[in-house]
Amino acid sequence: MRLSLEAHARPARVMVWASPVLAAAGSVAGVAILFAVLGRDPIEALRILFVAPLNSLDGLAELALKATPLLLCAIGIAIGCRAGVWNIGAEGQFTIGAICSGGVALAFGGQGHWWLQPAMLLAGVGGGMAWAGIPALLKTRFNAHEILTTLMLTYVAAQLLGYLVHGPWKDPKGYGFPQTRQFEPDAMLPMLIEGTRLHAGALLALVAVPVASVLLGRSMLGFRIRTVGAAPPAARYAGFNHARVIWVCLLLSGGLAGLAGMLEIAGPDGQLTPVISPGYGFAAIIVAFLGRLNPVAILFASALMALLYLGGEGLQVSMQLPVAVTGIIQGMLLFFMLAADVFIKFRLRWRPAPDGVAAGVATHA
Amino acid sequence: MHELDIAVAVVVATLRAATPLVLAGFGELVTERSGVLNLGVEGMMLMGASAGFIGTVATGSPLVGLALAMLAGAALALLFGVLTLSLMANQVATGLALTIFGVGFSALVGVAWIGTPLQGLSTHIWPGLSTASPLMQQLMLLDPIVWLAVLLPFLAQRFLYRTRAGLILRAVGESHDVAHALGYSVLRIRYLAVLFGGAMSGLAGAYLSLAYTPMWSENMVAGRGWIALALVVFSTWKPVWLALGSLLFGFVTIAQFQAEALGLDVSPHLLAMLPYLATIVVLVLISRDATRLKLNAPAALGRPFHATA
Repeated sequence: MRLSLEAHARPARVMVWASPVLAAAGSVAGVAILFAVLGRDPIEALRILFVAPLNSLDGLAELALKATPLLLCAIGIAIGCRAGVWNIGAEGQFTIGAICSGGVALAFGGQGHWWLQPAMLLAGVGGGMAWAGIPALLKTRFNAHEILTTLMLTYVAAQLLGYLVHGPWKDPKGYGFPQTRQFEPDAMLPMLIEGTRLHAGALLALVAVPVASVLLGRSMLGFRIRTVGAAPPAARYAGFNHARVIWVCLLLSGGLAGLAGMLEIAGPDGQLTPVISPGYGFAAIIVAFLGRLNPVAILFASALMALLYLGGEGLQVSMQLPVAVTGIIQGMLLFFMLAADVFIKFRLRWRPAPDGVAAGVATHA
Repeated sequence: MHELDIAVAVVVATLRAATPLVLAGFGELVTERSGVLNLGVEGMMLMGASAGFIGTVATGSPLVGLALAMLAGAALALLFGVLTLSLMANQVATGLALTIFGVGFSALVGVAWIGTPLQGLSTHIWPGLSTASPLMQQLMLLDPIVWLAVLLPFLAQRFLYRTRAGLILRAVGESHDVAHALGYSVLRIRYLAVLFGGAMSGLAGAYLSLAYTPMWSENMVAGRGWIALALVVFSTWKPVWLALGSLLFGFVTIAQFQAEALGLDVSPHLLAMLPYLATIVVLVLISRDATRLKLNAPAALGRPFHATA
């Protein structure tokens, strides 16, 4: 007898939603083992990771604050994935969005313009779209694969930010630190809850959920996106313009990532520094998968991922564990889910071994 | 400095910068030739870099460090293999997960070793390096791993096109169904190719932390794994082209240091963009001819294999 995978007659619907839950459970178990190996009390570590951040209003506000960029980036990535377009460079589009809107804030802040924040928003979204437009052009015009181009542009964006904050945009009164000057108050987003860092941008991210849901599920454009991804020959036969779908997907996800970058610097940060995002753009890929590329489910997945970030910070403070633990848990989540996903299409069966053992059974019967 | 000295310095620096790309790129080339796309090169290189560094510092022997690095890379590749080969998970998503995990895991195990000094590999092999003439010092920087990278493309060419094993590898990557029908164990061959790719990535990472810049820092691979992946596409899956591409990239990478040495007033941040921009340019140049790419790419690349009979 040996274990083998056998195809279901049709995909198991239960597993579609059970697998993210299984993955989360598996990761919790994996993390507990990791903590034990590191010589820390696993129960206490899990409490700091998953429960402690939710104990206060401040913690909940921080959770929403961190979920905002994750949610925006993940929705964009998910729309792309539905069409088979892999935007791995949300991190770079996020950075460019922050740079563009930061440039507007530095140039026009403090002069009492009513249009300052709308202009920052447009600059952020436009910057992200432009940065994602490059891979779209290279893909549609030159057939260059977007996984590699979006990723390479992320490194370029990071260097561009480094150049700006070390060079032309450096705060002359910043004691030599590589950072821009603080934005004027009129460039900063209004707060949602006084005394916390939660800003009005979180509402924008929430609005993106139903909009993306309707776009994907109830519009002609969404139908085209899904068809191009699920059945390219059918899409071709129906006359759907593949290049246009690629453009739409990359521009949409770039714009959302750029928006997230704008919200980050006009919300909690208030200036440009060499590192703006703790990997939100990459974590958002996991969020998109965890949420099954479905905007509503992505909302919950982004909250879970935000909790991981918060808990990771907590572990750093109270158990002196490096932030990298967060990355390990993120990777584990995705591993477990990919493994669990097998059982959507297949089931495990004990199958008699093909050699003498099976023959023996046969003669016995 | 003599012109000769400068020329030698440029050649040596180019070879050194190209070495990790050749090693990791060749590992990935073999993996992809078997029909498997592993996007986790960056993560496996980081695992190799940290494991190699820790192993070397802890035991004082670079050989132990290198072996450990290859094991670490292969271990991560095994995880990839179980998920994508046995469980038929999506190769792109699994590769990304591998990189995210590798970044985190290497940072975690390496955190205690940041700032630990380490003797460079060439100084370790030639203790007299510091007293040699400038020219000899340059040549001594070419440690055995660099020489391995120089020889590798020729060995690889021979392996792929002149050996039985190479033929079987290519057959599995072109049509796993035919290979299966001929009686070859597709999964076993793919596992071996994936493990080999992981070990080579680990070695490439260890070269970075033991020889290129003898130290460990978080995320020190800095995208070289992704550049290696792009180079495999650029090479149209041919070892000799992979080597040429790597040399080109080595040269672009050192342009940064050359400009600084020449006293050019360009921001190091702008110069650091060069390798990434060059990757994009190269990718565009090679991809624009879709037919050529399609003809050269392993036909079964990225497709899972499930034996039904």
